[in-house]
Amino acid sequence: MSLGEDRQPKGARPSLFLERQSYRRRRLTDAARLLPILGAVLIALPLLWPSQSASGDGVPLSSAILYIFTCWALLIVISLIFGFAARRMAANDDSEPESDRWPR
Amino acid sequence: MATLNVLILVCLGYVVLLFGVAFAADRMAAAGRGAWLRSPLIYTLSLSIYCTAWTFYGAVGNAARSGLEFVTIYLGPTLVMLSWWWGLRKLVRVGRSQRVTSIADLISSRYGKSNTLAICVTILAVLGGTPYIALQLQSITLSFSIFAEADPSGLYREGASVFWVAAGLAVFAILFGTRNLDANERHHGVVTAIALESVVKLFALLAVGIFVVWGIAGGVGPMMDRIDASEIGQWNVDGGRWTTFIFLSAAAFICLPRMFQVMVVENADEGHLRTAAWAFPLYLLLMSLFVIPIAVVGLDLMPEGSNPDLFVLTVPLSQGNDWLAMFSFIGGFSSATSMVIVTAMALSTMVSNHLVMPIWLSTQEGSGSVSGDVRNVVLVARRVSIAVIMALGFFYYRLSGGGTALASIGLVAFAGIAQILPALVGGLFWRGATRTGALVGLTVGFLLWIYTLLLPGMGGALMPEAVLQNGLFGWSWLRPQALFGIDGMDPMVHTVMWSLTLNTFAFCTASLLSFPSPLERLQGAQFVNVYDHSVAARGWTGSVAQSEDLMIMTQRILGAGPAQEFFQAEAKAQGGRASLPEPTPGFLERLERELSGSVGAATAHAMIGQIVGGSSVSVEDLLAVADESAQLLEYSSQLEVKSAELSRTARQLREANTKLTQISEQKDSFLSQVSHELRTPMTSIRAFSEIMRDTDGLSTEEQTRYAAIIHDEALRLTRLLDDLLDLSVLESGRVNLNMGGDTLCSVLDRAVSSALAGSRPTLKVRRSRSSERIPLHTDLDRLGQVFINLISNAQKYCDADEPVLTISAHDVGGQVVIDFADNGSGIPPEAQSMVFEKFARVGVDKAGGAGLGLAICREIMQRLGGEISYLPGQGGAAFRVRLPLAYQQAAQ
Repeated sequence: MSLGEDRQPKGARPSLFLERQSYRRRRLTDAARLLPILGAVLIALPLLWPSQSASGDGVPLSSAILYIFTCWALLIVISLIFGFAARRMAANDDSEPESDRWPR
Repeated sequence: MATLNVLILVCLGYVVLLFGVAFAADRMAAAGRGAWLRSPLIYTLSLSIYCTAWTFYGAVGNAARSGLEFVTIYLGPTLVMLSWWWGLRKLVRVGRSQRVTSIADLISSRYGKSNTLAICVTILAVLGGTPYIALQLQSITLSFSIFAEADPSGLYREGASVFWVAAGLAVFAILFGTRNLDANERHHGVVTAIALESVVKLFALLAVGIFVVWGIAGGVGPMMDRIDASEIGQWNVDGGRWTTFIFLSAAAFICLPRMFQVMVVENADEGHLRTAAWAFPLYLLLMSLFVIPIAVVGLDLMPEGSNPDLFVLTVPLSQGNDWLAMFSFIGGFSSATSMVIVTAMALSTMVSNHLVMPIWLSTQEGSGSVSGDVRNVVLVARRVSIAVIMALGFFYYRLSGGGTALASIGLVAFAGIAQILPALVGGLFWRGATRTGALVGLTVGFLLWIYTLLLPGMGGALMPEAVLQNGLFGWSWLRPQALFGIDGMDPMVHTVMWSLTLNTFAFCTASLLSFPSPLERLQGAQFVNVYDHSVAARGWTGSVAQSEDLMIMTQRILGAGPAQEFFQAEAKAQGGRASLPEPTPGFLERLERELSGSVGAATAHAMIGQIVGGSSVSVEDLLAVADESAQLLEYSSQLEVKSAELSRTARQLREANTKLTQISEQKDSFLSQVSHELRTPMTSIRAFSEIMRDTDGLSTEEQTRYAAIIHDEALRLTRLLDDLLDLSVLESGRVNLNMGGDTLCSVLDRAVSSALAGSRPTLKVRRSRSSERIPLHTDLDRLGQVFINLISNAQKYCDADEPVLTISAHDVGGQVVIDFADNGSGIPPEAQSMVFEKFARVGVDKAGGAGLGLAICREIMQRLGGEISYLPGQGGAAFRVRLPLAYQQAAQ
């Protein structure tokens, strides 16, 4: 994206770039909203694991720890990426004050 | 070996360090240099007061008992933080825009500033917080006891130590939390100290974890093998508990008063949530990373029956690593102190704002400007409530015997505080949620929590065994741990499931069935649509007189300086030069928010209501609005009256102007008139005198005739000059009145006879002599002159076939009124205003006098203290002469 692109003279369709950015932003917030659902699903998954039984064929605790903490870290990383993206978007785009008014 | 004394010294040193940090941070913030104090990092670290001593010690104990289940307590908040865009952002926005001071304040504010609701939430929070504080006491006491066991001096007694820990924490919390009044003002010092404590406890736990994994187990691989080989080595988590605890911790994370304090009240920038959304889960992950290894190693190394809650301390101690154990102790101590400080701050704010202040206000009822210093009352209330809350925690600890596992106490508190969740979430997202709904829901959930969890947990003293076994009143379906006959559930799951389900159900049903007050609906719209910034007018109506009362009250709450600043800024914003702003609805609303930062929304609302009178949007207000429109109508009618008056004045001015113009014309014509009047007789005199001089042989008869004409004209000339002289004498006021006494009747008699003398007796004069017997004391000759003039005017100008002059006299209110009315056609209206002017003659054709008669009459009457006026509407020309009776009285 060239620097001049969003400073085009009037009448030269300046809207395309902004539209696109605002569209990206909306999708980004969509992602942010979906993240807790993903987290809930990942965390609920262990409910399906077989519980400790007499035969001892349950899930070893080390695997459980590995799974839980990996999911946890994954969620944190996604949230981190989203946080930085949202900050960059907010810094880039001061011209759009409707940023926090998403239709419900 | 670290002795108990060293331990106490370290604790005190640590507390001093915290004070130093808090003090320095406050100083920096005051100097405006502490930008980093408001950084997202500090915010995230302050959130970590979620991890209390329960987390620090109890998580390991929990892991040693039930494996990975402990992690649910961290996963719940992680999910909440991940969904910040949905919920937390809105909560923080609402909290900031409404200047909310606590969770009770938020709930009360949302449901129409209802103080009843605030009281309910406060009681719930205090009761829910009590076990939690007991938990901190227990953990500190336990950790002391570990060191005491190893201490050879053996001075340690458990009961006394709990008391001293509680007292110390209370003093600590009072010193830390109640220095400034405005709970909404950010406590930079406290937040920074808490952030430091967060770092300390994280590093302490990490240090112990690293020591365990690499120092004892010998690396990650061997550690994993060791975990699998241990007695908790398999995934063994009950699905119900897993889900319930995740949900419960998520709910508590939002609803806990201390979490609300740091997350919403102390939030300096909404953008910090963006960072906290990943940084806080990361903190939680690090906190729980080494929990299982520590538990597993502890289970391996420690003798059978040792308390797993204290593995964090006992494992390093058993390995002879005293300094690590000391560090770990400081970590636990940090967790407990930070939790207690913030909880005490939050709860004391709630208690003072929602319990003490309303009671105190109601004792001050009637006097709008409250007497005494409110600031002191609030501060004392907060300090006392901190002490009371700590005492409650202490007694709970003594009652419960301190034997229960740490984790279960924490969960009891969580389940209690989570009862706020339906009202909170419903209030933020559902405009139909009502105060009644929130009250009913809270009550149902709260009672169920007490009945099914709190009382059974406190032992036989408060909940008899019979009730536990057979249910209340022997009804088996009311068994506290098996409601409705559903048996075999985990008690925690059972309570959370039933209380929250029925709470939500009651909340929704009562909300649907009840009807909210106007204020509630307004607040509901402001909360749910907070992003639209729908700051609607609340409809405070005030008058200027109240500004001073408001000022006095505000000074007592905010302090003189800030209050004056606020009022001056408002006055300036309103554009007035006065030092006090007009109590406009907007100003009152801002003032209310400002005050609510100190004393809570409901109290601030009540205080302003006490002074301003009319509450917000109520039927009374609507009536007042109607009144206002009535006043508007009245005002517009006043305007109409004024404009009518103005147009009347304008008409009068126009008349005056016309008159002036006419007078000016008269003055112009005066000279020409005078010269004309003089010239006519002069011409005759000259002509006849020339004839007599130049003509010879005039007969004596002719001579006599001509001389008579000359004489007559000379007489006329003299009369005219006499009149002019008379008028000028009268106008200049240099007239001498010759006062005398007589009756009106005789004056009239003389006037009539002299006026009608020698003329055709056609004018009939009608009089009522009986009413004329009024004695007069005035200049009789002058008065007679006026009468003669009026009568002769009637004689001259009355154009009726049989002219009749009616003279009537009355005594009206201290004045003699004499009317002269003839039956002619009268004077035309355009001439009426001119008849009393000089040389004014009605109709040119009726020549006679010089037009000075009425002017002289008017002057005479003025001199005599009366007046003469034209009386319109009498059929013909009518004049009214008024004479004061004062002269008559003077005569008697």
